[in-house]
Amino acid sequence: MIFLLALTGFEIHSSFSLFGYETAVDLHNKAAWAFIILIIFAIFWHFTTGEWKQYIPTTENLRAQAEFYLFGIFRNAPHPTKKTLISKLNPLQRLVYLGLKVLIIPVMVVSGLLYMFYRYPQDGGIEIINVDNLEIIALIHTFGAFILLAFVIVHLYLITTGHTITSNLKAMITGWEELEEDDEEISKKEDNE
Amino acid sequence: MSSMKNFTKALTFFLAIIAPLLIVTIALRQPDNDRAMLEALKTKYLTEHQSGVDHGKMEILQQDFSNPHEITAACLSCHTERGHELLQSAHFTWEREAYIPGRGVTYLGKKNLLNNFCTGVQSNEGSCMKCHAGYGWSDKSFDFDNQFNIDCIVCHDNTGTYKKAGGGAGYPVMGENGPDFKKILASVGLPKSENCGSCHFTGGGGNNVKHGDLEMALLTAGRNVDVHMGVDGSNMNCVDCHTAENHVMKGRYYGVSSTNTQRMSCEECHTAFPHQKSILNEHSIKVACQTCHIPVYAKVNPTKMYWDWSTATRKKDGEGYENLDSMGNITYASIKGDFEWGTHVQPEYSWFNGTADHHLLTDKVDTTQPFLKINTLMGEYRDHNSKIIPVKVHRGRQPYDTENLTIIQAKLWDKEKGKGALWLDLEWERAIVEGMAYVGLPYSGKHDFVTTEMYLPINHMVSPASEVVSCKECHTPENGRLAALTDFYMPGRDRNFMLDFSGKMLLILSLIGVAVHAVIRIISARNIKSAQSH
Repeated sequence: MIFLLALTGFEIHSSFSLFGYETAVDLHNKAAWAFIILIIFAIFWHFTTGEWKQYIPTTENLRAQAEFYLFGIFRNAPHPTKKTLISKLNPLQRLVYLGLKVLIIPVMVVSGLLYMFYRYPQDGGIEIINVDNLEIIALIHTFGAFILLAFVIVHLYLITTGHTITSNLKAMITGWEELEEDDEEISKKEDNE
Repeated sequence: MSSMKNFTKALTFFLAIIAPLLIVTIALRQPDNDRAMLEALKTKYLTEHQSGVDHGKMEILQQDFSNPHEITAACLSCHTERGHELLQSAHFTWEREAYIPGRGVTYLGKKNLLNNFCTGVQSNEGSCMKCHAGYGWSDKSFDFDNQFNIDCIVCHDNTGTYKKAGGGAGYPVMGENGPDFKKILASVGLPKSENCGSCHFTGGGGNNVKHGDLEMALLTAGRNVDVHMGVDGSNMNCVDCHTAENHVMKGRYYGVSSTNTQRMSCEECHTAFPHQKSILNEHSIKVACQTCHIPVYAKVNPTKMYWDWSTATRKKDGEGYENLDSMGNITYASIKGDFEWGTHVQPEYSWFNGTADHHLLTDKVDTTQPFLKINTLMGEYRDHNSKIIPVKVHRGRQPYDTENLTIIQAKLWDKEKGKGALWLDLEWERAIVEGMAYVGLPYSGKHDFVTTEMYLPINHMVSPASEVVSCKECHTPENGRLAALTDFYMPGRDRNFMLDFSGKMLLILSLIGVAVHAVIRIISARNIKSAQSH
């Protein structure tokens, strides 16, 4: 879905031609609604399961984790953060995912909805909520798109840095992961992107 | 245990991905529209106007009329109040009372306004009034309050035989060469497209010269030229849309009109939400229907795009002459200057809120500007009443007074040579002196030519839906149809170059970072492996 949004979004931005402009707009809007529904579900799950606590930022081990990605990983060093049922994310993940969830995604959703609906107040003549220019909305939306896409690239790459190349990928797609310590399957929720 | 997990997995997958997609798809699904069926029904329910009166049975119309004023008198003897209506109508007065911001209440119209075709009617009434719905407007002495000066037949003749005489100040051809008036009067009725077209198709001196979207071909062409008037489609008449209440016609031409009143609109029939796709309906908040639905104009015969008066009066062997192009269009005439023509012309685009201003004979020419706007269509993106409309821009060069800095109204026409008419005597100075004397404005004795533009909104020659302007023709970074309208942000056309550059750099750096990281990992993994095996 995120790839569909990115492809159609950048086609609307005239970066390339793929689906055809009208189809691209159509797909982008439909995918946007589907994505918003997914986000609503995700927020619901976060709170009902209490998993939102996973994203509470921490500085503990932050440096070690960064050093692991920069150096340790090349020496086959062990992951500095142990995944447990209570804490599934390393401190870098916590920070980045939190930023994504409270900053980039809301910005994209709000600017996207404004993009879709900014015209209606004008037609109704409700002066106070008029948006006179699409430009600022469009630029914010474009900015978010670049950040999101960069995130996806790095995110998908870092998946290969798990216990084995594919172990984290499996976890992301199925939501299930084998934790080394307990040798026991424990449910782990991830964003289904 | 395992099957239970698989089931939960499948359920999660369904809820997370399939269900939202399904909901959205179902919510946005709309029924298919059977266009062919719609067309068939439109044609089936077309109705012809049935007159409630047989004018052939009217005794008063059986006379041998010797002069056209008597015909008008006969009409008005039954239609007693129509005369007063016509005396108020722009078809007769050639002016309208209008408030123009900055000018106040004005009385402007074809009567006294400029254009950059034949430049204006003043001092040329004898010829121009061939298209006046009246008899005898040959100069300023014409009586606009006399009902019997109205020409009823030019609009209501349904035989197609009535003709106004050339240079006859609006009088028809009478007597032996004239048409059979008894026959004409026996069948008068609602105006046909031919009636309207006899003037509105030939403005500027010939078929399609002026408007570009109004011409003879509309009478015979198919839906591909005009979906409304196409003989193989709805075959509509001008007055089917341009309805009239008490002889006040709906529809405005902003070469002469100024206010946002009595306008014709597509929405009256098609509603404000004619598309199945809401994204297209949303466009109509800022974009007029015509903008997408009239991709080109002058689809059959050429229209004049450029008129340079400065080259007029050249002679060959002491005589005026004409040059034709391979298509038979006049490209040079000694009496008028150089012309350029166009067919299948892509319109230019302008914001328009329904109000316009005009350059008057008394207004100053600003010679620091690259061109002078004969008429100005008001509007901009931020104005909520404005929409983007397609426009024919007619460019030209016409005379102005270099000392008084005013546009010159020259005398072009007369019945005979030697009275200063440019078209007969081929001499600018005298034509200017006579013309300016007629309008009562000073002339310094020095003239030159100024570049002018005139903006003619395009409203006709609506194409079938299959030929409509596509998204990419505007939503494109380079040379789009709306490239000239720069006062707003349009997705696909506009971008912030700093943001785009930074964004691209961010993506490229991410990719490079990831790639470098991966390469080092592969190499170091190999090294570790080989170290272990040793």
